[in-house]
Amino acid sequence: MSIVLSIRNLSFSYDSTEVLSGVSFAIGKGDYVALAGPNGAGKTTLVRVILGLENKYEGTIEIFGKDSEGFNEWGRIGYLPQQVNAFNPLFPATVKEVVGLGLLSRMSFPKKFTRSDETKILKTLEFMDIAALKDKLVGELSGGQQQRVFLCRALVADPELLVLDEPSTALDPQTREHFFSLAERLNKDKKVTLIIITHDTADIGQYAGKLLYLDKQVVFYGCFADFCQSKEMEKYFGPFSQHLICHQHT
Amino acid sequence: MALLDFLSYGFIQRAYLAGSFIAVLCAILGLFLVLRKLSLIGDGLSHVSFGAIALGLFLGFYPFYVAIPLVIVASYLVLKLTEKAKIYGDAAIGIVSAVGIAGGVLLASLSNGFNVDLFSYLFGNILAISSQEVFLSVGLSVVILLVIIFLYNDLFSTTFDEQFAKITGINTKRINVALMFLTAITVVLAVKVVGIMLVSAMLILPAATALQMAKGFKAAMIMAAIVAVFSVLAGITISFYADLPAGATVVMVNFLLFVLSFLIKKFVR
Repeated sequence: MSIVLSIRNLSFSYDSTEVLSGVSFAIGKGDYVALAGPNGAGKTTLVRVILGLENKYEGTIEIFGKDSEGFNEWGRIGYLPQQVNAFNPLFPATVKEVVGLGLLSRMSFPKKFTRSDETKILKTLEFMDIAALKDKLVGELSGGQQQRVFLCRALVADPELLVLDEPSTALDPQTREHFFSLAERLNKDKKVTLIIITHDTADIGQYAGKLLYLDKQVVFYGCFADFCQSKEMEKYFGPFSQHLICHQHT
Repeated sequence: MALLDFLSYGFIQRAYLAGSFIAVLCAILGLFLVLRKLSLIGDGLSHVSFGAIALGLFLGFYPFYVAIPLVIVASYLVLKLTEKAKIYGDAAIGIVSAVGIAGGVLLASLSNGFNVDLFSYLFGNILAISSQEVFLSVGLSVVILLVIIFLYNDLFSTTFDEQFAKITGINTKRINVALMFLTAITVVLAVKVVGIMLVSAMLILPAATALQMAKGFKAAMIMAAIVAVFSVLAGITISFYADLPAGATVVMVNFLLFVLSFLIKKFVR
């Protein structure tokens, strides 16, 4: 299996506060990895470092076999940020315009949309069942619809690696269920490698093939069933919660 | 007086031409600035242009040749202060703005008799624009519009979601610098139309009007440009016939259009 993301001995600090310490792991093509951990564990920071949003780190990051320092194939990575509702709701952008932004990573200067780009945008909207909303303003949509629009933006360039930062926080249970089944389709049908940051360790076990439990360093990395048997889980969740969570998946 | 006679005046033609180009620039850049919550940058940079114009007059140079580079430097300072001094954008604008005004006042007090010239820039006079100034305004406007067209998608992406724009490989720092530089030049040009005191209205009002009605970003941009050009043309015409100051009239027309769009949004849609 080819390696999509390889991280070795990664450390990162905000001023003098160490947020990540000696983090090492590798993610293979087609993996579906849940990145979990307690509050302040460094999950979002880890993703920000991987995506090049933070650059004063120590260690090595290789994305698709290339060192992240000189990496510029950003079209191969899709990203759904945390709190998509934090965008300016008065921004007069249509669904089509916002989704089109995801294609800029594949364009060279001067960046102009072609007819095939338009088709790609429409196909992505159809895949997410929101083609009917294409001319609506994003600020006028519901939280669930906005989530899908931003997921379309992350998907439109056909990424090989998709990073989703707490994608289900703002969703009701039904939409959340639908969202995870979409993620599963992407992983199984389109062979997209998925990294999902989540707080919900209990729920994610039924979807993700692997769990990376982080608390400034890698506490556990492997399949969920093994996590259930591990002493690390007992340490972080206690025997009662461990039993409850793991019982859901047996 | 017949409209055709009115249009045959050279000073009216010059005012229409330069005013329209500058209005389009202000409207388009204003939309980016308003959506990035940087509306007051126009105010801050126009205050810097007060100091810069004072320096130009003090040194005996054509004021805009001094103002354009100095206001560009000031816009860069606003960016750097926000980045390096860990202060919010509005505070950085406030600092640069205050230094600009203070510098202008100090130079005016040291001068021998250019105060009348300097204070004429406070409220602008598009009807007194010279052919040389029209040439400069239209030339710079065309260059700025071309830059905006080339950078349109990167500017849009950075304005909508800077973090995502970075992840798609856009050099957002460079885009922010470009936006500031373009705004700086536009502010100096707009001083001629409405004066230092009212420049921010040229940047904010057409954008705010378009945001009431537009159903898309490109649509908002086109709508803002139409509103801005209409306001300039109507403002100049009204000011001529009613013997009113042109800059203030342009701003009032802009404001009336904003109120109209707000009412339409509230009661019709």
